Amino acid sequence: MEKRIAIRVEGLSKMYSLGEQSATGSGLRHVIEDKVRSIFRPGARPKADKPSSDFWAVRDVSFDIAQGDVVGIVGRNGAGKSTLLKLLSRITEPTRGRIGVKGRIASLLEVGTGFHPELTGRENVFLNGAILGMKRSEIRAKFDEIVEFAEISRFLDTPVKRYSSGMYVRLAFAVAAHLEPEILVVDEVLAVGDARFQAKCLGKMQDVSKRDGRTVLFVSHAMHSVRALCRTGILLNAGRLELMGPVADVIAAYSNQPVAAESGEIASNRSIGLSLKTVALHQDGDDGSLHVKAGFFLERTIPHAGLGIHIETLEGFELCDLRPETTGLDFGERRGELNIAFVLTGLSRRLGAGTYRLGLSFHETNWRRCLERTPVGEFVVPALDVYATGYPPKFEKDGALVLPVELLSPEQ
Amino acid sequence: MHRRQVPVIPGALRKQGTGRARVRVPPIMEKTNTNNDAGCAGDFDLWIEAGRGEKNYWADLWRYRELLLILAWRDVAVRYKQTVAGAGWALFQPFLSMLIMTFVFGRMAGLPSQGNTPYAIMVFAALLPWQFFSNALTGASQSLVGNANMISKVYFPRIIVPTASVAVSIVDFAFSFAILGGLMAWFQFMPTWRLLTLPFFVMLAVFAALGPGLLITALTVKYRDFRFIIPFIVQFGMYVSPVAYSTDVVREKIGETWFLVYSLNPMVGVIEGFRWAILGGEAKFLTAGGMLSLLVAAIFLVLGLSYFRKTERTFADII
Repeated sequence: MEKRIAIRVEGLSKMYSLGEQSATGSGLRHVIEDKVRSIFRPGARPKADKPSSDFWAVRDVSFDIAQGDVVGIVGRNGAGKSTLLKLLSRITEPTRGRIGVKGRIASLLEVGTGFHPELTGRENVFLNGAILGMKRSEIRAKFDEIVEFAEISRFLDTPVKRYSSGMYVRLAFAVAAHLEPEILVVDEVLAVGDARFQAKCLGKMQDVSKRDGRTVLFVSHAMHSVRALCRTGILLNAGRLELMGPVADVIAAYSNQPVAAESGEIASNRSIGLSLKTVALHQDGDDGSLHVKAGFFLERTIPHAGLGIHIETLEGFELCDLRPETTGLDFGERRGELNIAFVLTGLSRRLGAGTYRLGLSFHETNWRRCLERTPVGEFVVPALDVYATGYPPKFEKDGALVLPVELLSPEQ
Repeated sequence: MHRRQVPVIPGALRKQGTGRARVRVPPIMEKTNTNNDAGCAGDFDLWIEAGRGEKNYWADLWRYRELLLILAWRDVAVRYKQTVAGAGWALFQPFLSMLIMTFVFGRMAGLPSQGNTPYAIMVFAALLPWQFFSNALTGASQSLVGNANMISKVYFPRIIVPTASVAVSIVDFAFSFAILGGLMAWFQFMPTWRLLTLPFFVMLAVFAALGPGLLITALTVKYRDFRFIIPFIVQFGMYVSPVAYSTDVVREKIGETWFLVYSLNPMVGVIEGFRWAILGGEAKFLTAGGMLSLLVAAIFLVLGLSYFRKTERTFADII
């Protein structure tokens, strides 16, 4: 049976002008802008003379999504995932191309958009629901269900500023999870809340697509949730669609993407002027030491720079996500080049023999992540007979973790 | 099964090679286009493309009307939280302003009232629209930046945000209306049938505030400079608007010709209208000056709306 198409994207492109806006404004707008400029910044050059640097966040992307499909969008930092979602959610307009949408579309780029700290949980449910496009009658009908899902019924009439962050997130997600659009667009919002609640959210989203046949678009860096949730995958690279197909193929292609891009930059956050330029991995020792050198460039001062370390399996299952405040890999106020070298020692005593992937993230003030985890390469943990049994622990047989085991009884 | 849904992507899995050169006109793929002409182009409920926002705009605005109300309700609900006097603040402010103005301008400066209306009532008939105007303008002009988070994360017609903050000022306005009733009872002042026309003048005040409000809030998205202009306009506006004194005094002092220049202030017409409706016989409305000032208000509204509409699609990108 031919499935019906829920979303059709044709030749979609989005351009951002970096720095000065280009002089495309016409008539009044142009006049006012120039006037304002000359009032507040006397002697400013007429901006038409200034070459604007254009940046295509999404370039000529076309695809169809069938009704009821759950599609995972993957790609590295700056691949255009978020821009694509913003275009689909109508937050920003495409520069070229178009998107055809069949049915009501709702987007969830953040949980708790518009939540007001002074208002109570009850009031915020109505507020947030309205912002997400629900009708008041609709919210009222689902109110009990929402509260039950969020597990906050005792605190319904407490201002949310007194909520713990977990409660806040649960309530916010509960509202969003009860949206009933035909198409749901979700950004990496599951990266919040505790593990149990995350699992609950994943379950809810699976229900949404399976039971009601709704279409879901899902962006994530966490390959295990993409794999668990999605049937189809879309791989973006530098704004272009590189591959669309069964999710396993797409994740495989994503994992095999070369680390260094031809621009001499592995990943970057343009808005704060941070880029990861080089990464070198070097392994030595019988017990698997991994030496890592990473070269960053900071165009602007970052008041509190820190490096996060991630290790995941090749399937994308996360083993650790070490934050700079935990490891002490923080470097204070930094600007310009920042070359970091560190070594992870004795990996064979901690991980089963096999291949793993290393990722790095960069953090700024208050340990906010300003560069999401970027896979920088794979490394091999050599086999080591840790238990002195003649059987070194192996990833595919014994799992990823190597734990010290001491036999207490029966005595041998 | 998947294969069928997935369009053939030319060069899938190819490494993007030519990428970095600045691509001005991305080649639109012919394949997908022919595909789609043959099929169900008309099948979709919504087409998102550059400049297409126009078509659904007013329909969307209607669909999101509940959001407007709920945003206004949020601001009202939040405004007096953790205050002891609560909504009393909506009464104290205009009441105290009225007392001070009556004392300074009526008693000390000895300016005449309009006919034999008590000075306090004449002042208050102007304070009502003026306070509304200044609150609405201040609120509206900061509304977009104040809700930046919502704007960059959710779609809705952006005009809802400044409109909702104008609606909030209407609530305060309704409160201070109670004071007018109190004053009238105190001075045993009987309003005429003209009071029934007041809703019309309230609408005028709304539009007079909305025009510059839309313009300035849209400008503030790009130029935060405009934040500093509003307190200035509001503070000086009160002196150049006939709030604490009657327009007759101004006419007498500067003559009819200069009065026209004075009337370029859109609030002059609105205030004259309010006095005409509230004070009855003595006040004048629809003088040349009043008309001019309403015309200026209308121009501002058109200007504000069109600038807002023109720039709103970029709000999420630059806010």
